[in-house]
Amino acid sequence: MRAIITVTGKDTVGIIAKVSKTCAEYNANITDITQKVFDDLFVMIMLADTDRLSVRFTEFADRLSALGQANNLDIRAMHEDIFDAMHKI
Amino acid sequence: MINDKDILETLHMLQQEHLDVRTVTMGISLLDCADGNPTVSCRKIYDKICRKASRLVEVVEEIEKEYGIPIIHKRISVTPISMVAAASHASDLTPFALALQQAADACSVNFIGGFSALVHKGFTECDKALIRSIPEALAQTRNVCSSVNVASTKAGINMDAIAMMGDVIKQLAYNTRENNSIGCAKLVVFANVPEDNPFMAGAFHGTGEAECVINVGVSGPGVVKTALEKCTGDLTAVADTVKKTAFKITRMGQLVASVASQRLNVPFGIVDLSLAPTPAIGDSVAYILEEMGLERCGCHGTTAALALLNDAVKKGGVMASSHVGGLSGAFIPVSEDAGMIAAAACRTLSIEKLEAMTAVCSVGLDMIAVAGDTPAEILSAIIADEAAIGVVNSKTTAVRIIPVYGKTVGEEVEFGGLLGRAPIMALRPESPRKFIHRGGRIPAPIQSLKN
Repeated sequence: MRAIITVTGKDTVGIIAKVSKTCAEYNANITDITQKVFDDLFVMIMLADTDRLSVRFTEFADRLSALGQANNLDIRAMHEDIFDAMHKI
Repeated sequence: MINDKDILETLHMLQQEHLDVRTVTMGISLLDCADGNPTVSCRKIYDKICRKASRLVEVVEEIEKEYGIPIIHKRISVTPISMVAAASHASDLTPFALALQQAADACSVNFIGGFSALVHKGFTECDKALIRSIPEALAQTRNVCSSVNVASTKAGINMDAIAMMGDVIKQLAYNTRENNSIGCAKLVVFANVPEDNPFMAGAFHGTGEAECVINVGVSGPGVVKTALEKCTGDLTAVADTVKKTAFKITRMGQLVASVASQRLNVPFGIVDLSLAPTPAIGDSVAYILEEMGLERCGCHGTTAALALLNDAVKKGGVMASSHVGGLSGAFIPVSEDAGMIAAAACRTLSIEKLEAMTAVCSVGLDMIAVAGDTPAEILSAIIADEAAIGVVNSKTTAVRIIPVYGKTVGEEVEFGGLLGRAPIMALRPESPRKFIHRGGRIPAPIQSLKN
């Protein structure tokens, strides 16, 4: 499956590095990244292939969420289908 | 690749606008649990529910995490117990409610619905036994919900049942007086009840349903309110905005329903397209109506605004789901909606206005707190009025009213959690006693003769 990973929060140094490191640690292959900073708000959207994850997807999502909490960010990993369902007919 | 704007819109709905799936409800037929011995029947009920729903919570929580969508409640609905218990000839059906509670505990669900009877045309002996058991059954259980259908467009209005329900509600309020008469929040009296509703307290698994199904109830008042904040056009534009938003919300519900159905190996039943509010600020149906341009929910114009909202929610949602059912429309539970609470507290929202609103929304007088000394006949008459609106307009109506023991008009009651809080609303004191005690059945209206 493909997951959309979203990261929002106050911009600081090294956010992309931290998220990418966790993805690599659990064998999630990042296939696309877009990232912007609006004023002081950091927004990043990643598309990742999670077929070969070393853990269950729910655990991977939990780890990213915990990484977010530790860094004052909102990090969510969600199944791509939810966005397709809501925004495509 | 999905575009970033769409991703951020969904993210915003989740982070700021309380987007969620309100409930995944598993409907289970208990028709094969009937037995001449009530103890054996209760054991069969417990065993069957546990067998069917053992993985429900685990699977739904997995979907919640995988898709990033909060799914607030996991619930079970069952065949109306008055049908299952009939063979046992039991006169007190409280043990059946206890069996449902034990099964709910074993499966870790939030609610179980179906301690119910359908008496719109008349009572079986077991229907009467069930109705008489409600005050004790709901007082002894925490998560069991009960409903009684007292009227239908086809059959008319069973006024004997309505007279009974006034007394039942009073007794239940008394039995749960230590907890603000909370038992009455688990009891709803219907006209034209849908048999596949996933929402409580009125959920049960109808007799025309399959062995086991998955029904999903969506939510999302906060998302609609935020979408309307950006809409500066006329009311046609407002309706279009609501439709588009309802479509997105329902698609999410449909996806959750399909995945849950597949993983549990249980057929998908319906998606209920309801805007179900919570007491959280920003998750209110009343605030949607105010966003349309009303100074306060309950003022003149509220019924028209609600009619627009209810219709647009259905039109937007219906294309997003393969099967739509349940109540499908906007809910207006007073205690569960921050805007309704505020409007009732300042008395802009009266019971008469709420009654008018129920003619155009999906349910009825919902979660309304009234004085504890309200006579049973007045409660019955409120139910009769609601039933008449439902029967004549061929729609579902319902009453979930709480005569809070020891409280009077001007006071407030706190139910907690999703049930929220409510001011005690004023009722008309004149007595409908003679009318209610005439009993009998109000004949079905002429519009029931459609064949």
